[in-house]
Amino acid sequence: MEEGLRENSRSFTFSLVNEDHTLANAVRFTLNQNPMVELCAYSIPHPSDNIVNIAIQSTDKSAKAVFNDGLQDLRSMCQIVRDSFDKSVNDFRAELQESSESKN
Amino acid sequence: MPRISVLDMPDVPNGQLPPHIQLQKTRVFCEKNAPTHTDYVQHHGSYTSMDVHESLIENFHNNFKVNVIRLTSDVIEFDMIGIDASLANAFRRILISELPTMAIEKVYFVNNTSVIPDEVLSHRLGLIPLDADPRLFEYISDESSSSSNERNTIVFKLNVFCKDNDKRISVKSNQLKWLPKGSQLNSETDGGGNEYTSFRCSQDSPEFSHKPIGLKHDDIIIAKLGPGQAIELEAHAVKGIGKTHAKWSPVSTAWYRMLPEIVLMKEIENEMAEKLVKKCPVNVFDIEDLGAGRKKAVVSNPRACTLCRECIRDEGWEERVSLRRVKNHFIFTIESTGSLPPEVLFTEAVKILEEKCEAVIHELSF
Ligand code: SF4
Repeated sequence: MEEGLRENSRSFTFSLVNEDHTLANAVRFTLNQNPMVELCAYSIPHPSDNIVNIAIQSTDKSAKAVFNDGLQDLRSMCQIVRDSFDKSVNDFRAELQESSESKN
Repeated sequence: MPRISVLDMPDVPNGQLPPHIQLQKTRVFCEKNAPTHTDYVQHHGSYTSMDVHESLIENFHNNFKVNVIRLTSDVIEFDMIGIDASLANAFRRILISELPTMAIEKVYFVNNTSVIPDEVLSHRLGLIPLDADPRLFEYISDESSSSSNERNTIVFKLNVFCKDNDKRISVKSNQLKWLPKGSQLNSETDGGGNEYTSFRCSQDSPEFSHKPIGLKHDDIIIAKLGPGQAIELEAHAVKGIGKTHAKWSPVSTAWYRMLPEIVLMKEIENEMAEKLVKKCPVNVFDIEDLGAGRKKAVVSNPRACTLCRECIRDEGWEERVSLRRVKNHFIFTIESTGSLPPEVLFTEAVKILEEKCEAVIHELSF
């Protein structure tokens, strides 16, 4: 799924097979928010290849560790989204029920 | 002469962006000819020179909010506040093309004397939404590519004919009959006796599914038959994703828009106010009575704005009305085709993004 083009450990390009803008753009966002990241960008070399390249240059840690952090951040953001979404749906249902009960 | 640092600017508040930059960062300006400041500055160090270091991730837990606006059995509308477009778009893309559903993929014809050719009829059958929970099924290619069993295939039968002297009839989706025990056709090549599916148990057993599998809508017209015409076929539905073919997409639409924000830059009074209220086709503006015969325009319903820009089209109005969109406030709408309720679809989509992350994290650990 992933292979790197090794230049040095702080500058790395990761190629993800079978991924597209969905993951690459989201992880680029979380990486760019990370103070360890000097540069992060992604590209899809050709639209008919199912491959996406993510380039990362980091300051303190190795690019691989930073990439890992970015993915962890994205995953925890997803969990927060899921939790607050579930909570809102439940609240909305409870409210609906209350209002329909008070009508009866 | 005392030395003064260039960064020491007393009129610029430290640790805070100047108001116009803050506005450009958080709003899209919808101007007459084109929108401006459409991008979101993502890099953490972009405002370092102004001593602003804010990270969306650190405060995400506190700032992120979801408000459900509308929820029915197949539509949900909700506000997602405090998230970046890249994530909102990832969820939308996954909803459309990467969430699995069941759809008819193979059709075995026994007889078709209707005017619709086999391949067109098969295509029509494929697009019919099925009422089956895809989470109960596996992909057919997962283990063995050839064997269809109760874990990966749903079989429907259609057997209709129009009698010789009858009127023309419509074949509707409710005439498709579910076969929980699998295919009833015999394969010709193996000298008969061999069915196209090998079900080990019936799909209507309670441990398999709580409700019988069927079609979401009973009144979809599949074909029309004239006197003497007949269709007999068996349709096999399998699990797939929208990337392969749109028939597997679980949503009819999944889309978002940013929250409109309309600001009146000047007081708009009397006839001008009336004019403004009349300009807007969706009644965004309203009139407030100031007493003494004076009236003033107010923005009463910005959410309804469709951004048609009619209110700023005429000469001079662009200075009075400013149309903006809030960059981190998304109004998300999901319309399900029926296999799963819309709120479940969204949580499943978020789970898929998590799984993608986990898969790459796993790869990185080697
Ligand atoms: S842009 Fe169109 S919909 Fe929005 S306020 Fe102006 S006239 Fe109304």
